[in-house]
Amino acid sequence: MTGYPRALNETQQTSPSLDATDRRIIVATQAGLPLVAEPYAALARQLGLEADEVLQRVAAMQENGMIRRIAAVPNHYALGYTINGMSVWNITDDHISELGRQVGALDCVSHCYHRPRHLPLWPYNLFAMVHGRSRQDAEEKVSGIEVLLGEYCRGHEVLYSKRILKKTGLRIQG
Amino acid sequence: MTAKHTPVTGESQSASPLAILETPVSLTALEKCLLNEYQRGFPLCTSPFALIAEQQGVTEKDVISTLDSLQQRGLVSRVGPVFAPLCAGASTLAALSVPDDELERVADCVSRYEEVNHNYEREHAFNLWFVVTAPDQAHVQRVLQAIEAETGLPVLNLPLERSFYIDLGFPLWC
Repeated sequence: MTGYPRALNETQQTSPSLDATDRRIIVATQAGLPLVAEPYAALARQLGLEADEVLQRVAAMQENGMIRRIAAVPNHYALGYTINGMSVWNITDDHISELGRQVGALDCVSHCYHRPRHLPLWPYNLFAMVHGRSRQDAEEKVSGIEVLLGEYCRGHEVLYSKRILKKTGLRIQG
Repeated sequence: MTAKHTPVTGESQSASPLAILETPVSLTALEKCLLNEYQRGFPLCTSPFALIAEQQGVTEKDVISTLDSLQQRGLVSRVGPVFAPLCAGASTLAALSVPDDELERVADCVSRYEEVNHNYEREHAFNLWFVVTAPDQAHVQRVLQAIEAETGLPVLNLPLERSFYIDLGFPLWC
């Protein structure tokens, strides 16, 4: 498999060398860095480590994929992206790898996954999350995906979110 | 936004979504720039805000106070590392088709499981969608079985086969 972004298989993935200090750094940063001039040094003081060690460990976790990116993470909802549509597609099996890669690379798609069908109840095998400032905005993005998929798509639906009932970002409990 | 769209609520929404929707967010050029340009590549160095200041031709103090203000207003969720969705363990996306008059009860029941980190109501016959995350696959299965037993409803289990998710953030302003 070449040219394919790091696959995260939820059922098989194991942690690349994550030790107790890494875990403490994750716990201390997953809610955000302190907004001070030297945030990593502040973190190091809090954890009883040297600032350089924190920088090196964060860099190593980024290298091995445990940290995907370092970001000022926008709250899309608060910024007006209130429409969240989970578009689901029935793609011919032979084409799902190539088309999944193309859909996942679209700017308007925030998440894109191949999941199993459950026939007859659930015929869809490709999931692409789109966000919009309005329903029309989201629908236009879905139309763009439909054009891209063309004849290899046998059907699709969009499941718009009505309510977020629970959403927790924390991955490791302190 | 259509009239059918129920306001989203959830513990991750720090600011009042309704207040924000009624008052369009007004942002300065520096705010837009910090939101758009640092969804990845936030500097990993001793003084990241000073480096951003240099890149943007403003002062370090401006960068810190602007990010702090964005965070205070709930427009930035946090500044820091974004971890891979699963540092270790197993998870799955699952759905239930819940009769309308049982939705509140079933949604509360699902959200009470600490292994459930996302739970959304969506517009579809499968109207409740949630993610179960646990240390291993057997644990995930036990949670799904417990939810089936408790709710009396069959769970549609859609584990990940492949991710096409590159996760670079997405452009907020083009």
